[in-house]
Order: sequence, then C-alpha cells, then structure tokens
Amino acid sequence: MAVKINHKLCNGCGQREKSLCVRVCPGNLLYKNEDNKAEIREKRDCWDCAACVKECLQQAIELYLPAEIGGRGSTLQAEQKKDKIIWQLKKVDGFCEEFEIKTEE
Amino acid sequence: MEQFKVVELTTDILIIGGGAAGCYAGVRAKEQDPEVDVLIVDKAHIERSGCLAAGINAINAYLNPGVGPKDFLDYIKQDSEGLVRDDLIYTLAQGLNRAADKLEQWGLPFLKDEEGNFIPRGRRSVQIKGENIKPIMAQAVRNSGVDVLNRVNITNYLVEDDQVKGAYGFSVRDNKFYLLKAKAVICATGGAAGIYRSNNPGQARHKMWYPPFNTGAGYAMGLRAGAEMTTFEMRFIALRVKDVISPTGTIAQGFNAPQINALGEEYQDSYEKNTTPLRLYATIEENKAGRGPCYLDLTHLDDEQNQRIKENFLNMSPGIVLKWADREIEPQDEPVEICGTEPYIVGGHAQSGYWIDTKRQTTLKGLYAAGDVAGGAPKKYVTGAMAEGEIAVLDVLEYIEGVDFESFDSVKVEEEFNRVYSPLQRKEGFGPQELEERLQKIMDEYAGGLSTNYQLHEEKLLQARSFLKVLDQDLASGKAESLHQLMNLHEVIDRVIVARALVEHLLYRKETRWKSYQQRLDYPDQDDQNWFKFVNSVYDQEEDQIKIIEREHIKLGDLDGS
Repeated sequence: MAVKINHKLCNGCGQREKSLCVRVCPGNLLYKNEDNKAEIREKRDCWDCAACVKECLQQAIELYLPAEIGGRGSTLQAEQKKDKIIWQLKKVDGFCEEFEIKTEE
Repeated sequence: MEQFKVVELTTDILIIGGGAAGCYAGVRAKEQDPEVDVLIVDKAHIERSGCLAAGINAINAYLNPGVGPKDFLDYIKQDSEGLVRDDLIYTLAQGLNRAADKLEQWGLPFLKDEEGNFIPRGRRSVQIKGENIKPIMAQAVRNSGVDVLNRVNITNYLVEDDQVKGAYGFSVRDNKFYLLKAKAVICATGGAAGIYRSNNPGQARHKMWYPPFNTGAGYAMGLRAGAEMTTFEMRFIALRVKDVISPTGTIAQGFNAPQINALGEEYQDSYEKNTTPLRLYATIEENKAGRGPCYLDLTHLDDEQNQRIKENFLNMSPGIVLKWADREIEPQDEPVEICGTEPYIVGGHAQSGYWIDTKRQTTLKGLYAAGDVAGGAPKKYVTGAMAEGEIAVLDVLEYIEGVDFESFDSVKVEEEFNRVYSPLQRKEGFGPQELEERLQKIMDEYAGGLSTNYQLHEEKLLQARSFLKVLDQDLASGKAESLHQLMNLHEVIDRVIVARALVEHLLYRKETRWKSYQQRLDYPDQDDQNWFKFVNSVYDQEEDQIKIIEREHIKLGDLDGS
C-alpha cells in the first residue's frame, strides 16, 4: 500500500544486480527500472511491512498511510545501525520525532 | 515455452517456507547431523519473508515460571471451547522455552529484570524488542549450513507410489522451473490470507493482519495431493486497531487498556466468557446493539508511556504510529477504535491445517507439516511454530534413513510444467486480479465475511459452493503477462481450492462451536453431544470433490499418563 521511493536519493545500490529493497520485498513488488532506480509495481499490493524502508542505505524509501485510511502526509524513514534502528517520523506540520530502538544483543 | 529451463536439485530434507517453523527446522537438522543436506525454499527471501517481516514485540507462547505444558494446554482448551488436539499442543508446549532460548542465543533482545529473568507480558508471554527477528533467523540459517533457494514459488508436491518425494516450483524472477527431489518434505508455508474481502479499500487493501503473501499454497498442495485436512471451519478473525489493523495485545496487555464501548462501559463482563473469540464477538454485538464504536482506552498513559507505546509499535506495526501523526495526536489523547479483520485460515492462531500425528507427519508418507499450515493446535505463535519444526525434523532425520533416491523414475514433470506456465501463453482470459476479487466477493457475501458480521447459514453457503465451482472452471482460462502475475495467478488458484474446502467444512459442522470464527445462524448453539469431534476433509481429484471425514477427539493418553 504505502511506500514512496525518492528517485533523487535512490542510487539503485550501485552496481548490485538487485537493490537491497528489491532483494527483501516479501511481495516481490519492487524492481529496478531502466534508470537503475527502485520502483514499486503495484502500490495497492504492499503489506506495509517496511522491510525496504529499513534496508535502504540512502533513506530513499518512506512509509506513509494511504489517504483512504486517513493518511495526510506523515512519513516514516529508518536507518539501520549495527545493533539498533533509528526511525524518523515526519509529521503533517513538518515537525520530526526520532526513535532509537535496540535490534540485536 | 522453450525459454524456461528445468533445473533439477536433490536434497535429503526439503523445507518449503522459510518462516519461523522452516528456519528452525533447518537449523535443528544441521545441529543434529551436520552431514545431512537441507534445502529451504521460499517464495520471497528468507531475510524478510512470512509473518515476521515487520517484526514482533512479544513472544506469546512461553512458559513463565510456574506454568507447565499441561497448564498451557488447559489454557488453550479453555480458550477454544475444549475441542483441540491435546496431544499436539502438549508436545509443542514442551519445546516452547527451548525455542525462545535459541532466539536469545541468536541475538534477539529479550527484556530482563535485575536477576536476568525474562519480563512477562502475561502468564504465557514475554517481552522482546523483535523488529529484527526475521533477519536474525535468516542469519542463523546461513550460519547453520542449510542451503536456501529464494524467490521460488512451489506449486505442487512430487508424489510417487503414495509417497511425497519432493516438489515442483518456478522462479518468480527468472525463467527457471524447479524439480526438487528429496527424501522427505516439511511443509511450513504458513496459512492463507486473501480468501475473504479485507477491511480496507483501494491503495490500503493489503493493510491487513496476516501477510497478504501467505496465500494458502501449503494447504492447496496438500489437498491436490490427497492429504487430510482438519478444522478449516475454525477460521481466525483478529481483533485489531481499526483501519491500520495494528495488534491490540500490545495495547490491552502491554499498557493495561480497558476495552470499552461508546458509553464507556467495559462490556466484556456482560458476555459469557472472556476468550479470544468472545472478545471479538462481544465487540461485534456491541456495535450491532448501537453501543459502538468500541475502543481500547489509552487515555491513562503518561508522556513516557506515549513514547514507549510508539516504540513498541515501530517494532512490529508502524502504521498506527503514522495514524497518530496524521491525526496530529499523541496515543494518550483519545481511545483507539477496534474492529474485527476479515477471516483467515491459519493453524497457528486457530487450528485449520494438515491432520498430523504427534511427530508432525501428515497422512501422506514422507510429508510433514509445521507452523501455521499444521492443524489442531491453536495459539502456537512463533515459538510454537518453531517447536513444531523441531519435532518434525527430528522425526524426519530418522525417517530418511530408510529412504532411497533410486526409486525415482516416472515423475510427471511435463504435466506440472505445462500447468504452471500455460497462463503465460493465453492471449484471452481472466487476470489474477479480477479472479481474486471475485473469490473475495463470494466468500465475503456468502461464507461469513466482514459484511455479514461473519455469520453463516446453509442457504448462503450452498450459494458459495456453487459460485466457487464456476470460479474454479474460470481459473482454467486465467492468463498472466509476467512471472509476477503468474505467481499471483497461482496464488488465486491455491486460494480457490482452500475456499472450496473451507465452505465444505463450514457446511458440515451443524452447531456453533466458536462464535464469530464459526457461527451458524441456523445452528446457534454449541452441541457437545453430536459435535465434540473434528471435521476433516480430503480432496478427491478424480471426482473433483472435497469429501468430509469425521475424527474423534484425541485425548492426551500416554503422553501425560491420563
């Protein structure tokens, strides 16, 4: 349902045959287009698991709620570190909230 | 179709599905016998496939100090109207804590008290920071030496002389058809979503509880091969946060939120029980009586808890965090509205699945089942699925001693190859999307979906049966324009046979055993005298019919000396 890929930031993971997001998407919904950028084939088929959001090294993928269920522009981005994940919640008014959560002992 | 290459692989143990059950089964096999060949095949990539893709924030099947396997069984029985496979639950309960300890060894962070004990969330539950649980499992699989084949959609078992000897599948990303030969097969594909129309429209249609990519392949392959299935009629319907379908346990158990109606009353007390199905049933009844919407009340939270609840949800279901942000509120600002989801067929929460023995062997020789695809043992969750994977693989290791590869000769490769790829050649026909929507419309309206408050009765179920029969014929003219669409089409084909079996189960049980999950308008009462037994089914390929078999309830017997 709900990821946006920023093609200005996406670098297709360089020379990798498959981008990291393409590698992990559980719905097989992501692919690399002719410009070496990640693309989603069917937004409405996305489960919203955020695997691609976490995997992206460029922070080029954002999670949002579709307008149908009240989405009004807030987004979530994630950055994975060795043993933690840092989430950036961007709110409707532009204000940002950050969360740092341990992921591995 | 000459562009498709047939790839033949041979292994000792083939595990279909790399979720909790499959990954743990693979690792345990290599721990027991480093020489044994194990292959896990997954439709997606094991790094983030299956139910755990987004993470979880509690281990919901764990025996805290003072709770034993028998207590665990007693709780499940009480929550499931008594009718479960006592022997299966008892045996998996014995492996729950071992599975949790293994997750901790692999690096999953568990919350601990000062003495180093896991912090309970309830009597049978402990708290974790589980966002990364699936990558941690995938790493353990890689470290163990198990081989992994990602992005291959398994379509059918390879059966010869009534024995399962492997499986067929196709790559969803390149032109390869796989013939996977094995001495034994463990099916761990998960349950089925997408049988019924979901809660949300349009772009949000896959905003659901169970993964939309778990499409019942394991059930479908089992049915087509003649395996016996049990209790499909006990559907699972989750009580969730409205719209974003985030879990309610995190709020109710984790943050002590009372469940209230629009009048502010804690309505569960007015119903006969406080079980998982009854909490859903009560919520629907409150809405029907004009006392909705119903909520989980979080208005008691302080600022620190506001932050912590958001972190908990980021670990498994970030949608609700976006919802709060889009509404420009904090969790404490208003109660969270709750609703029921569409019904799912899933053995890890309800008990639809393969009819298995205590070793997790199905009724087909050489085929085992574990996790959501295995029947008879509700509420097994992650650690229960892992425990079943372990039980299965330990028996498989013994079983394969006596199996010889030499017996392979007349495999029906061409037949399956053509069945799999023929939709790519059709110029005219129905696409997967429209067939899927027709299935979901039939099931929603005639087989107790959301739009009918999950209620069932014979006339409508007979309609469902007849419409599904026509849909089944139309599947034969399904077309696909890409490998991705081909996968989608096979997912619909699989779901239709699951739906057909489900409708037969729903028709057959002439009582109401589990309110909401299986609630008959024409037989509204529970009837222990006639129905304290299992409804099982087998698909007869020649007659193209689902046949029902009754099975008696199995007591614990020798397992615990009762």
